[in-house]
Amino acid sequence: MSADGQGRSHWFDDEAGPVVRPYAMTRGRTSSHGQHRLDLIAVVVTEPHADDPEADHMLSPEHVDIVELCRDVPQSVAELAAELDLPIGVVRVLVGDLVDAEFVHVNRPVPPAELPDESILRDVINGLRAL
Amino acid sequence: MIFGRSERGKPPVEPVTLKILVAGGFGVGKTTLVGAVSEIRPLRTEELLTEAGRPVDDTSGVEGKHTTTVAMDFGRITLRDDLVLYLFGTPGQERFWFMWDELSEGALGAVVLADTRRLEDCFAAVDYFERRAIPFLVGVNCFEGAPRYPVEDVRQALDLDDGVPLMMCDARDRESVKEALIGVVQHAMAYAADRRQTVTT
Repeated sequence: MSADGQGRSHWFDDEAGPVVRPYAMTRGRTSSHGQHRLDLIAVVVTEPHADDPEADHMLSPEHVDIVELCRDVPQSVAELAAELDLPIGVVRVLVGDLVDAEFVHVNRPVPPAELPDESILRDVINGLRAL
Repeated sequence: MIFGRSERGKPPVEPVTLKILVAGGFGVGKTTLVGAVSEIRPLRTEELLTEAGRPVDDTSGVEGKHTTTVAMDFGRITLRDDLVLYLFGTPGQERFWFMWDELSEGALGAVVLADTRRLEDCFAAVDYFERRAIPFLVGVNCFEGAPRYPVEDVRQALDLDDGVPLMMCDARDRESVKEALIGVVQHAMAYAADRRQTVTT
């Protein structure tokens, strides 16, 4: 067997990875300080006063995208990752930056065990039936 | 992506979000199931295995590649403006189980999809949810041409606890998938009620 295992020494197209390495957008950070890991279904909501994120030169284009995407319809972390085609870890760091800068806030999901009562689960059942 | 649902100036509705996991072996129909009820075409989200502190993939033999991608398919069902249910298909390969831990945290419950031709493929998922006390039901995906067995036989073959619901389903059929999801939520409610009782008595 050759040194590269599969007998392949080149990566083409998608296999070669993105042109900008994803974690370059976070300047190498894999977590943001002070933030508990954001759940995939935590919802990101743009603050009403964040009307011109592009004017902030501290923000990357990806930061601005998140602020704009979450303005009219709040988005979950998973949706943002899919929409922006970024790894979840990168989205977490970027959202953490935006929370620190008060451009967005995040609603963490309530764990089912901590739901105040069962009515939400009944609403889920009724909602599913009505689909 | 839907824009303009809220009028400008009005604060957007901030929904309560819940998630149900869809697990099972490779090719058992997880993404099909998600697609059958999701209002969006199943989206794919990825994570690179380069995060600090993660168990390191053995890359010997493929030194040219330092990252691996874990993909998860997910869908969304907006039940009400303020209530959204997400479905996540769990990554199949066992080495991605750290993603399962993350996915299952705070999950309402799970559907384990089984194929009677390869029942053993879902053992790992059944085991996983049993050990972590996550309410789940087993949906036997009725593939065309696959032999049908009585529910009791499948239950025995899987060595399921009596409390775990098992149902026949068709991952392509919206009504069938709705029934399975409703079953998960009902089971989760019963499960929670049971637990409360054990705590108080």
